[in-house]
Amino acid sequence: MEHYNMNLTLKIWRQKNNQSAGSLETYQVKDISSEMSFLEMFDVLNEQLIVAGDDPIAFDHDCREGICGQCSMHIDGRAHGPWTNNTTCQLHMRAFKDGDTIVVEPWRSKAFPVIKDLMVDRSSFDRIIQAGGYISVNTGNAVDANSLPIDKKDADNAFMAAACIGCGACVATCVNSSAMLFVSAKVAQLAQLPQGQPERESRVLNMVAQMDKENFGNCTNTYACEAECPKGISVSNIARLNREYLSAGLSTEQ
Amino acid sequence: MSFDSKIPAGEMNEKWNDYKGHVKLVNPANKRKLEVIVVGTGLAGASAAASLGEMGYKVKAFCFQDSPRRAHSIAAQGGINAAKNYQNDGDSVFRLFYDTVKGGDYRAREANVHRLAEVSNAIIDQCVAQGVPFAREYGGLLSNRSFGGTQVQRTFYAAGQTGQQLLLGAYSALERQIALGTVEMYSRHEMLDVVMIDEKARGIIARNLVTGELEKHFGHAVLLCTGGYGNVFYLSTNAMGSNVTAAWKAHKKGAFFGNPCFTQIHPTCIPVSGEYQSKLTLMSESLRNDGRIWVPKQKDEKRKAVDIPEEERDYYLERRYPAFGNLVPRDVASRAAKERCDEGYGVGTTKLAVYLDFKDAILRYGKIELGKQGNTTISQEEIIKAGKAVVEEKYGNLFEMYEKITGENPYEMPMRIFPAVHYTMGGLWVDYELQTTVKGLYALGEANFSDHGANRLGASALMQGLADGYFVIPYTLGNYLADEIRTPAIPTTHPAFAETEKAVSDRINTLMNIKGKQTVESFHKRLGKIMWDKCGMARNEKGLQEAIAEIQALKKEFWSDVRIPGEINNINPELDKAGRVADFIELGELMCKDALERKESCGGHFREESQTEDGEAKRDDENFSFVSAWEYKGESNWQLNKEPLEFEIVKPTQRSYK
Repeated sequence: MEHYNMNLTLKIWRQKNNQSAGSLETYQVKDISSEMSFLEMFDVLNEQLIVAGDDPIAFDHDCREGICGQCSMHIDGRAHGPWTNNTTCQLHMRAFKDGDTIVVEPWRSKAFPVIKDLMVDRSSFDRIIQAGGYISVNTGNAVDANSLPIDKKDADNAFMAAACIGCGACVATCVNSSAMLFVSAKVAQLAQLPQGQPERESRVLNMVAQMDKENFGNCTNTYACEAECPKGISVSNIARLNREYLSAGLSTEQ
Repeated sequence: MSFDSKIPAGEMNEKWNDYKGHVKLVNPANKRKLEVIVVGTGLAGASAAASLGEMGYKVKAFCFQDSPRRAHSIAAQGGINAAKNYQNDGDSVFRLFYDTVKGGDYRAREANVHRLAEVSNAIIDQCVAQGVPFAREYGGLLSNRSFGGTQVQRTFYAAGQTGQQLLLGAYSALERQIALGTVEMYSRHEMLDVVMIDEKARGIIARNLVTGELEKHFGHAVLLCTGGYGNVFYLSTNAMGSNVTAAWKAHKKGAFFGNPCFTQIHPTCIPVSGEYQSKLTLMSESLRNDGRIWVPKQKDEKRKAVDIPEEERDYYLERRYPAFGNLVPRDVASRAAKERCDEGYGVGTTKLAVYLDFKDAILRYGKIELGKQGNTTISQEEIIKAGKAVVEEKYGNLFEMYEKITGENPYEMPMRIFPAVHYTMGGLWVDYELQTTVKGLYALGEANFSDHGANRLGASALMQGLADGYFVIPYTLGNYLADEIRTPAIPTTHPAFAETEKAVSDRINTLMNIKGKQTVESFHKRLGKIMWDKCGMARNEKGLQEAIAEIQALKKEFWSDVRIPGEINNINPELDKAGRVADFIELGELMCKDALERKESCGGHFREESQTEDGEAKRDDENFSFVSAWEYKGESNWQLNKEPLEFEIVKPTQRSYK
């Protein structure tokens, strides 16, 4: 792979806090290596701003290896930028070329208020999990792990749904700000496992109720969430969620 | 100050049972009145907070991330060990115990390790019950793989995302308790000091990282589950936010720091590519199950890896360690890579890399796979195609991650890897009950020093974090809190809270008022370079002495010339980072001091002065069979206390993987 350096123009959303209005500000960065990660390019810019006496750009990030789900940038109109199956932190500068202008904005959703610049508040996701995204098993109550064989297919499907990192790209990219992909991934994971059966109905009803309460929008099957999900969570989970919801609703209406 | 490891008397395999049978209990009505603070929500913290909440304690949990689900345990890839012996390959609690003590190069406390091995099976059961989707065989039973330093298959895994799945399991248990009201969660909060009242830990000062406000929180006990301090090296596989601050504050309030120089340098990470690099990425040890590590036999080789014929490749791990081959423990594998690169056989542009090659694994799996289908007339292309599919199922996400970072396809070309800082075996000294030398202050998971000696075996960090949180602290904390039932919650108007808060606030103001020229990041990088060069994979007396002097100078420079932009009462990641880097600088000095004091080599601590003729680490049991427990006495001033290590069961021998 050939390496190269580039000069870039960045248009970045600046917003002091939740109360203030924000706007796009323009910055220049020079000699950015194609081997850098996108966030390392932000590090370079921030160092530049600090030295110049300006306020560096606030953005969420932590593991920088695509798994913690904390990074969350809307880059050139796409959640997590131009690569598919990818998080912002794993995006590398070889995706861009010399002279490019890159526009970076925070996740946009009523349910994810901006805290500062590119940082948003995603605690609504935690509250959805609190509503039922678990199996009620206290520590020490478990039987031997192999006493409960699980069809490999079910286990694999549950795993694929469980791969969700809770980053919120699905919401950010959805025209309706729907959280259906996030919610369905957890519902589908647990509904496909025998351990998840006892709370199967209450789980889906409670999680969906909480999702509605948090101001997420409805799903209109655009499939944009699946396209932008860094972990490739399938929209088939949403179909499953709908089935689970329907049958839970029917069986609880006595 | 008390310094007693409190190891129960009796036979090794009876100690924990005996302890549990005689430990003090707290009745349910009293549990409701007792408050516990848990700092950190990784595997240790989330499992502890959830379990204690379930038991009925009033818990407050803190994390600096925006959600407890993002703690860095999430990034653990390869797996978690347990002595289930599901593979019928001769595993047992004793074997896991033995391997862990040996793997730690006889610098761990036997009783703690035995307990860890004993509870390992219950962890797997608990996680499966929570819905953690471990890998399974076609029969529906759990699958296992091998990890370094063992000859059995005892590692449970969920592709290359085991840490994520285990953490999400613990996180879901935690969120359930939050919903039930037993745990109060404080995200985007950072603990900045411990509050001491009558020589007991009675709470913390935490900073709300969004508003910048300092908050006072009371707890009858405080649990630090705040992870390791690998970021003292600047470049490591740790998350950007991982830090030592909570543990360091505890240390300065009287908690001894155990074996600070014991650092794990993981052999298989993606090499550094340039000065701008902010972190390093691990390629799971599980890859060594199937990948073969080699360098060219010829120095300064110019050909591409795929063009170098078999006979011109040096599979140096297989050559040097035929019994364990590519699955030698991490410290051994890392040093062997360094040795080859130092000798001039390294590959890639920096020459600081070796190859990790899957060609043979792809062929082997391809043949097996096609054989299963009864396909006898098979072409090489078909074999490779089928083999790639198997490798993808096992390690797909890791291969993808490698390609994203390097732009190279590891199915076609061997990976380039090099050792990187990954884990710290050292940490706050704790007794058998996980209590530090400060009463009421506990340390769990990577934040403590206890179970891995001088080198941690792969897939044992997840095991320890969850063991401490799910199965150890629920018992041992009760033993302390049983005597606290007459202590009503102390209001945070108590002067000790105000005093500690003022000290924290003064320090923040001091930092902000330096208004110097150099960025926090630049200091962190310089510290990291000193540590990596002089307290990294190989250490010697001269280098360590130089490092101490350089760190002291760096500290002065930091406190007179650091530049922190922004305000105190607003989001200010630079300010957060400045406090952490200031603590790392102090820790760095102690690590070098510890490394200097320990004149032997053991596990990940390699003193060049102490090696065998063929370059292996040479322990000195006569003089160094102890835990170094450092006591803070003031600026750049520590007293060394020694906890002697006695080996009743696993008799120390020269570790050999040959």
